[in-house]
Amino acid sequence: MTAVTDATAAAESEAFPPDVVFRVKDLDCYYGSHRAVRYVTMDVREREITAMIGPSGCGKTTVLRCFNRMNDLIEGARATGTLLFRGVNLYDSRVDPVEVRRRVGMVFQKPNPFPKSIFDNVAYGPRIAGAVPKRELPDIVEASLRRAALFDEVKDRLKDSAIGLSGGQQQRLCIARAIATSPDVLLMDEPCSALDPISTAHIEELMHTLKEEYTIVIVTHNMQQAARISDRTAFYTAEVDSETNVRYGLLVEFDTTEKIFSNPSDERTENYVTGRFG
Amino acid sequence: MRLGRVFDDRTRKAVTSTVYKRTRDVKGAIFRTLLQVALLVALLVLAVLLVDTVLDGWSVLDGRLGDFLAGGLRSQSGDPELGVFQGIRGSLWIAVFVIVLAFPLGIGAAIYLEEYAPRSRLTSFIELNIRNLAGVPSVVYGLLGLAIFVRGLEDITGGKSVTAAGITLAVLVLPIVIITSSEAIRAVPGALREAGYGAGATKWEVIRTQILPYAAPGILTGTLLSLSRAIGEAAPLILVGAVTGFLGGQSGLLDVTQLQERFTAMPIVITRWVQQSGRDGGFATAAAAAIVVMLVVVLLLNSAAIFLRNHFEKKR
Repeated sequence: MTAVTDATAAAESEAFPPDVVFRVKDLDCYYGSHRAVRYVTMDVREREITAMIGPSGCGKTTVLRCFNRMNDLIEGARATGTLLFRGVNLYDSRVDPVEVRRRVGMVFQKPNPFPKSIFDNVAYGPRIAGAVPKRELPDIVEASLRRAALFDEVKDRLKDSAIGLSGGQQQRLCIARAIATSPDVLLMDEPCSALDPISTAHIEELMHTLKEEYTIVIVTHNMQQAARISDRTAFYTAEVDSETNVRYGLLVEFDTTEKIFSNPSDERTENYVTGRFG
Repeated sequence: MRLGRVFDDRTRKAVTSTVYKRTRDVKGAIFRTLLQVALLVALLVLAVLLVDTVLDGWSVLDGRLGDFLAGGLRSQSGDPELGVFQGIRGSLWIAVFVIVLAFPLGIGAAIYLEEYAPRSRLTSFIELNIRNLAGVPSVVYGLLGLAIFVRGLEDITGGKSVTAAGITLAVLVLPIVIITSSEAIRAVPGALREAGYGAGATKWEVIRTQILPYAAPGILTGTLLSLSRAIGEAAPLILVGAVTGFLGGQSGLLDVTQLQERFTAMPIVITRWVQQSGRDGGFATAAAAAIVVMLVVVLLLNSAAIFLRNHFEKKR
């Protein structure tokens, strides 16, 4: 039995293109018995920004939270289908979700710094991973804060509480915290929805630089944002199951951002991106 | 221009006539007064009680406080060795048992229920029962203590000892500790948990580095209040055999050999002296003084709770 699985895995990895970070195929997400998201098939490519857009309740956040197994924290949540992270099935029983989250960092919708000092926030991941000698922590913290374009603003008060920062600064701190463990991928769940336009511009600029080193998957409600920053876009929508009469989310179209916004193949996508939807 | 000004004035008048009108919030005012009365009545009752007790016990508190704190149970109120030392000693040991047994067990159970236990019918059934246990009259716990800790485990506890009493009261406050700790843990924002898990922390790391520090002030307040309750209980102690008459032996405050010996505690001392005051009026004064001593002890405990809570709140 195991031999068969291993053989399949070997065959998969052989055929696996090196620039594909996540390969999603026929992924379905369930909450209990409710099949909440259906028919998700998309590839996330290395050093690209992949945006997921769509109306509320279309499942984009649910799919994003599969990428680092965050949905495990919700009781009754599970996924079926294929979700490969660099060729490895993320939902394989041998996969340790904690290790996945160290390699796939996450930034949340509302800035959620720990009620600790700025330094301790960024040092949190490396500290619990335990892979870094203590004397190297200050360097890692500084480098992470620099990459998150926050260092110059906070360098004189690293010992101050992170709660005293502005919303935009807090979100950049959360980005610094996420990249301090040097992950492969950054997942961002509507990272600007709680921020003002100037902070939003900061974060978007930051994503452009981060793209040189990281693969980014972002969920956003803001279509202009997706159009501005992303290389590829996945459009999700919500539909009602004609048999059971329950709402579910599904992936409608996945393509280059240019194609999605200028010449989408699906009518539903076109209606949404041109604003004729809802 | 002139017309414009007239128009402006009119608009202004129209606006002032509405916004300057004082809407009388009569119901609100009545409600507010009622609340103030409620607070006043509560404070007044407390103040009367306190002043009355202090006045009653004043001759002891003022005259022979040192001897009173060092003395023991005696049959005559005029006995110069009459005092509350044995009561304080017993209550102190009971507090030690509650801290050592009920706090870790209760907080541990709360962490398990909130963080590890699956959301199943069994879990909610257990939670419901813990809530019910918190409402069980303390006499029932006294019976339990008598059956299990005094008789059943006599070899360990030494029968009617401070050990049996301490364990009984620890069991009595255990449900309260679990409930208050659970509530404190439940109040930790979900965003904090997600942030921890998202940064690659294991469950244990999230609990240790995020949830417990955040919940610490709440857990502390609840547990220390339950300690005050344990120290104030008299009914279960009577059942597990607290001494009400003469208690011999003069072990020191921290002498562990007394753990298996007969004991008494502050609420018992007070109850006993109040009962005796009909026969010997001097006991009324002694009881009042003992109440003041016990109030001071409980007050010190609560101050410690508040101090620690503020300390942890600053840290989180």
